[in-house]
Amino acid sequence: MKSALVIDDEPLARMVVLEYLQAFKDQIEVMQECNDGFEGLKAIHQYQPDLIFLDVQMPKINGFEMLELVENQPSVIFTTAFDEYAIKAFEAHAVDYLLKPFSKDRFNKAVEKYLAQVPAPKQNKQTEELLEAVSQSPAQHERIVVKTGTKVKIIPVSDVIYLQADDDYVSVFTQEGSYLKNKTMNFFEQTLDSRYFVRVHRSYMVAIQQITRIDPYEKDSHLAILKSGAKIPVSKTGYVKLKQVLGI
Amino acid sequence: MALLSISSSRLYGLLVACGLAWTALVAYVVHDFGFIWYIALTDGIVSSILLAAACWLINNNLRYYQPGKGSYINLLMWCLSLAGICTAGCRWIIPYLSISTVYMHFLSQSLTIRFFTDFLAIGWMAMISMLWYSQQDHKQTEKRKSEAEKLARDAELYNLRQQLQPHFLFNSLNSINALIGFKPDEARKMIHQLSDFLRGTLKKDDQLLVPLNDELQHLNLYLDIEKVRFGHRLDTEISCDKHCGEGLLPSMLLQPIVENAIKFGLYDTTEKVTVSIRGEIEGNNLVIMVQNPYDPQTSRPKGTGFGLRGVQRRLYLLFARNDLMETHQNDNIFTTIIKIPQL
Repeated sequence: MKSALVIDDEPLARMVVLEYLQAFKDQIEVMQECNDGFEGLKAIHQYQPDLIFLDVQMPKINGFEMLELVENQPSVIFTTAFDEYAIKAFEAHAVDYLLKPFSKDRFNKAVEKYLAQVPAPKQNKQTEELLEAVSQSPAQHERIVVKTGTKVKIIPVSDVIYLQADDDYVSVFTQEGSYLKNKTMNFFEQTLDSRYFVRVHRSYMVAIQQITRIDPYEKDSHLAILKSGAKIPVSKTGYVKLKQVLGI
Repeated sequence: MALLSISSSRLYGLLVACGLAWTALVAYVVHDFGFIWYIALTDGIVSSILLAAACWLINNNLRYYQPGKGSYINLLMWCLSLAGICTAGCRWIIPYLSISTVYMHFLSQSLTIRFFTDFLAIGWMAMISMLWYSQQDHKQTEKRKSEAEKLARDAELYNLRQQLQPHFLFNSLNSINALIGFKPDEARKMIHQLSDFLRGTLKKDDQLLVPLNDELQHLNLYLDIEKVRFGHRLDTEISCDKHCGEGLLPSMLLQPIVENAIKFGLYDTTEKVTVSIRGEIEGNNLVIMVQNPYDPQTSRPKGTGFGLRGVQRRLYLLFARNDLMETHQNDNIFTTIIKIPQL
């Protein structure tokens, strides 16, 4: 018996999934229906389900953002109505997905495919790749979703002062404090708008609006002084990039 | 400039009259020098025909070829050589028609003055033609430009209206799919609502001003569908008295504003959402206010979203004013206000 969750903000959409799942009631048990990503996170934490049916567009945090915050990722069957970025990502990374409205046959195929597959750790990697691919969509560039303890924090990109590499994580510094995000510096360099954020150093990325001064430091390197008072090292190549963006 | 606005047939008539007057003038002047009318008229006709031919040549030339800024000197050379040919023509043709030594003498003595008057006449003709044709060109460019602008505007209006979101359509179909199973009557009702709504969107003419009541009726179809999808979270309040219901506004103008309100209301909060629409007549304007809650922490109504930019653009295209839409954000409430001048 596999455990499952249905996460969708439209009750009728959840109903379709539940109805279609009746055919598999001996193999799959639905633990809970969730109205949004927050409820979803809680339920995933609580039940550690084997499978989730996940809508992409949901209030506050979308399906992808929610998945980013899950540690032991379950298998996922996405359900979405229309989202060109998401569909592109699904096609490239063979996680199954259902386009609303979907037929019972199509649904059965997806579930059978899931049931047939040998529980493989591969799935996690696949989901990770998918999330990387989805991060190219514009909606993902405007905020960073992090988890502090059990709480979910949504940081608008405009609140970010600077980013600092921290082993396998990146620390996101804002007025209110810093948050750890399990992503790489390269990821942020690719997704954040290069007009506003500059990778000034191997381990640092700065919001250029926060810079008040750039002082020479040691040979070939500089220090960027931010409005918050933080001093950020600027490497030689970082300085060149910075000059380019600032147009000096 | 008055000359430039007359029609081309009248212009050619005028030129023929000028040619006749020129012939008469030359004949009169020659007669005045004491030659008989036969000689005077021969002289007048021959020199006028030559001059007319030269004028026709230069005019035709300029019709197909407008000299650039640097090539006026070429035009001058053209005028000079044409004047030269005319003068030479007079010198060699007229003697064949009227033999008289005194006249021959007069002819060779008057060659210089003939050359210069011819040059002036041809130059004048060149100038008129140039102005005429460049004016003609200009008119055509202008016409093309305004036609292109009109086309672009139509296309833009069309596009602005066509932003009916596929997302909405597919999700609605999905809801119907769910309802068919256990509430077939509601499914049927929703299909009717959806088709009425879609038909309404397709039918509407952008240029048309419609009463607010009609627009609200159409909007209600949309809101009813959204309520089937989000019934547990979505509430709407619509207030509009009888007087303002008759106020006119461009059709489908409210749609993107309400879509925007629903989008930010539903997607940026997880609580219950009330979207309110209020209409009022203020002076000579129909004022419509749409409010929705939003979360300043997560949402990003950076000034105005695309849908709202489209509304502003439409208002500008229709009324040539940029101050007809404003948005406010405070206390977690996002407000959009539009004013539609009542003509």
